[in-house]
Amino acid sequence: MVALNSSVNAAPAPDAVMLNGAGASFPYPIYAKWFSDYNKIHSDIQINYQSIGSGGGIRQLLSGTVDFGASDAPMTDEQLSQAKTKVLHFPTVLGAVVPTYNVPGLSQDLNFSGQVLADIYLGKITKWNDPAIARDNKGVNLPAQDIVVVHRAEGSGTSYVWTDFLAKVSPEWQSKVGTNASPKWPVGLGGKGNEGVTGLVKQQPGAIGYVELIYAVQIKIPYGRVRNAAGVFVKADLAGVTAAGASVAKTMPDDFRVSITNAPGKGAYPIASFTYLLIPSKIQDANKQKVIKNFLSWMLSDGQKAAEPLSYARLPKEVVAKELKQISQIQ
Amino acid sequence: MQWRDYWRRFFNYFMFSLTGLCALVTVGVLFFILGYLLWNGGSSLSWAFLTHLPTPPGESGGGMANAIVGSAKLLLLASVIGIPMGFLGGVYLAEFGAHALPFVIRYTADLLNGVPSIVMGIFAYTIVVLPMKHFSTLAGSLALGVMMIPIAVRSTEEALRTVPQSLREGALALGASKWKTIATVVVPAARKGVITGIVLDIARVAGETAPLLFTAFSNRFWSPGWNQPTASLPVMVFTYAISPYEDWHRQAWAAGLILLSLVLVANLVARLSVSGRTAH
Amino acid sequence: MATTTLPPGRATTKRRASAFMQGIRNGDTFAHLLTLLCAVSILLVTLALVYELYVNSRTTMHKLGFGFLTGRNWDPVSGDFGALPFIYGTLVTSALALLMAVPLGVGAAIFLSELAPPRLSNALTFVIELLAAIPSVIYGLLGMFILVPFLRQYGEPFLKRTLGFLPLFQGPMYGVSMLAGGLVLAIMVAPFIISLSRDMLIAVPVDQREAALALGATKWESTWQVVVPYAGVGIMASVFLALARALGETMAVTMVIGNDPRISASLFAPGYSIAAVIANEFAEATGDFYIQALIELGLVLFALTVVINGLARLVIIFTTQKGTGH
Repeated sequence: MVALNSSVNAAPAPDAVMLNGAGASFPYPIYAKWFSDYNKIHSDIQINYQSIGSGGGIRQLLSGTVDFGASDAPMTDEQLSQAKTKVLHFPTVLGAVVPTYNVPGLSQDLNFSGQVLADIYLGKITKWNDPAIARDNKGVNLPAQDIVVVHRAEGSGTSYVWTDFLAKVSPEWQSKVGTNASPKWPVGLGGKGNEGVTGLVKQQPGAIGYVELIYAVQIKIPYGRVRNAAGVFVKADLAGVTAAGASVAKTMPDDFRVSITNAPGKGAYPIASFTYLLIPSKIQDANKQKVIKNFLSWMLSDGQKAAEPLSYARLPKEVVAKELKQISQIQ
Repeated sequence: MQWRDYWRRFFNYFMFSLTGLCALVTVGVLFFILGYLLWNGGSSLSWAFLTHLPTPPGESGGGMANAIVGSAKLLLLASVIGIPMGFLGGVYLAEFGAHALPFVIRYTADLLNGVPSIVMGIFAYTIVVLPMKHFSTLAGSLALGVMMIPIAVRSTEEALRTVPQSLREGALALGASKWKTIATVVVPAARKGVITGIVLDIARVAGETAPLLFTAFSNRFWSPGWNQPTASLPVMVFTYAISPYEDWHRQAWAAGLILLSLVLVANLVARLSVSGRTAH
Repeated sequence: MATTTLPPGRATTKRRASAFMQGIRNGDTFAHLLTLLCAVSILLVTLALVYELYVNSRTTMHKLGFGFLTGRNWDPVSGDFGALPFIYGTLVTSALALLMAVPLGVGAAIFLSELAPPRLSNALTFVIELLAAIPSVIYGLLGMFILVPFLRQYGEPFLKRTLGFLPLFQGPMYGVSMLAGGLVLAIMVAPFIISLSRDMLIAVPVDQREAALALGATKWESTWQVVVPYAGVGIMASVFLALARALGETMAVTMVIGNDPRISASLFAPGYSIAAVIANEFAEATGDFYIQALIELGLVLFALTVVINGLARLVIIFTTQKGTGH
């Protein structure tokens, strides 16, 4: 095996453990950092994570071709029933899905109400200077440009969170499209992963897309404020996401499957979500089992420190405590 | 001369100029591609790129060392799978073939050659990834190797056919058995063409991306052995190109340059060395 | 001579038997068998491929039946899989590619076979064949970062201004579109058309050209009215081979076509091809039924390319036998 000493990470030692995971692109920036940092601490453990979308993560986990999956959308009962062993959901961080856009000439952040977002994605609002958008953005000079809607091309937890929110605020969306990881989009271009959507929005004048907060921040594209359940226009930030997470901290169900979109509270950001690692409860390889358990404990303690610099919110204390107990369910 | 003749002469020059333009445009595109890749990719090539592993988005200094090695491993195993079988099959067609079977095999080889590479990826997925429950270098190599077989068969056959019959007859007249003739006289005489065919075969599959997407998958680290997913140059180009990170775009250009250079150099060397095509 | 065949006499049988034994002894039979097996492996692999594709899409084939090919809805959620948008996108981009690549390619081939001096012709053909060796993902890279922005900013607005009365050139201009897909494919298949057509044209006997010239035709008239029609069937076949290639292209197309399973009249609209959707959705298709639908798409693509390739190759085989008079 080639070992180049000048490389950032040395080749694995003979009895190294290699884990393969795949899934959500929503948390990819922090997962990439976690697995890289973890490898720096334990040079004989390599956790290879590929960002292929939540749908892919669930699918590969169910087929048994990866050791763990990752998804923003919790697995449905139907998907769970297809698993050979029980799948445990481990929330890792809280993130925000933001409406990001590319409108030349704007100098301020735009305000979006849920209804407006739904109508844009339904194809009912087609120009940036539509009165519905202007109403929430008094004083902003909106150009008469066509709106280019961008969505995910593949099954995505981010899509799930987005459509979950749209379904809660727009009855028309609920009946026509509904909440789904692979919805039947009425309009728009498809991008692959959060990465693809961000790329498309960046290159396409007039585009609007939905991506995880860190993508908009890292690529430096503007994202708007969204009106929450209390009627306040909130820009996605750590405080807003933490507030959304706090609303369910004490009432978190045992399997951790929960939706926090349109959370109550004046400061809550309405399109927030937990994102999960999907771990099988029975792992035959003893080495792998040990590594996963250790990683999860590390993730819940030291790992959480990496969340905020990457614009993800840390897990609420109560949730962390509950998860630490769930680790023992892995056998 | 009448006006009609002047018109015909003019039309003659005009149409041929158009055809020359067509040729020029096509050639121009190649040089444009090369130039652009050299310019964009060359500036992103660095020692770090060639020797470092990928880093998380946002961290600089990442490279594609594992993808370069991964592609090499994939091609090595694919060659082991595809070349021997293809070579021997070509020997059959050129030396032993009789009745209608060679026609059927040749025809099927050409058909197999035309199958889209993504279908080969599905094939490798169903027979390797699913039973093994694992993405792996092996699965990727199988997809590529199967693609190599028909090309190797045809190129070997063609190379062997250029050997004059007199060489074979001379060896047989001296009492050699048929297989000895082939092994010690015919193949060595055609070795240039055979090797060229092999090199072109490898170059052809080196750039394939689609069959690797769900067989070899990808890997942020080194891929030990043959049973783990592995990074590869074409897949990295694709993944990085569709990402939104500027740094990754630059790396995609650099990787594209490396890939293109390898493929073009292999093609150049192979084709140029066969300009003296007849074997002596 | 004798028109009836008598059974082999004892002497013949003895000769054959001893030859057979000698074959086994000196290893020829073994070599024959070994190489035969390797050659036959091609048949086995092809059969295995068809078998796997069929077996792994049986459920969807039975459940969806013919409606799979005509359905316009690709809805993984409800299990309603219609392949028409992908078939449409594949055919439109390929047709567009041929529309652009055939005149360009045949034109260049004519130049290379009729006008260019042999050394220039060989050199240029060599360079053009290098184009055919460039990997698809590289074409995709260039398409994404050069062609698509160019189309969005200049190409599509220009077409809209000049030809916008046609439904083909209407609607919003994203850059990523079926037009972009067709353009990239055109560049990718042009080298094949050039190389094969040139071979066909060169194979036309010199006397044909000379006869036309002797009758007073200009070189172009001789080329266009005699040589090209003579090689016509072969050129058609090469076009079909290029078509088969275009149908199966995956990476370059998915990077520029927009990945939207929609059937639109406008070339500016994003589309989706069979190969592109398999590449994008295969790794994450949840549920066996979804995967089977994708594999069934693969089977459709396989069938399309095999049929077109098969016919084209048969045509080439029969025309080169006739044309060269061997």
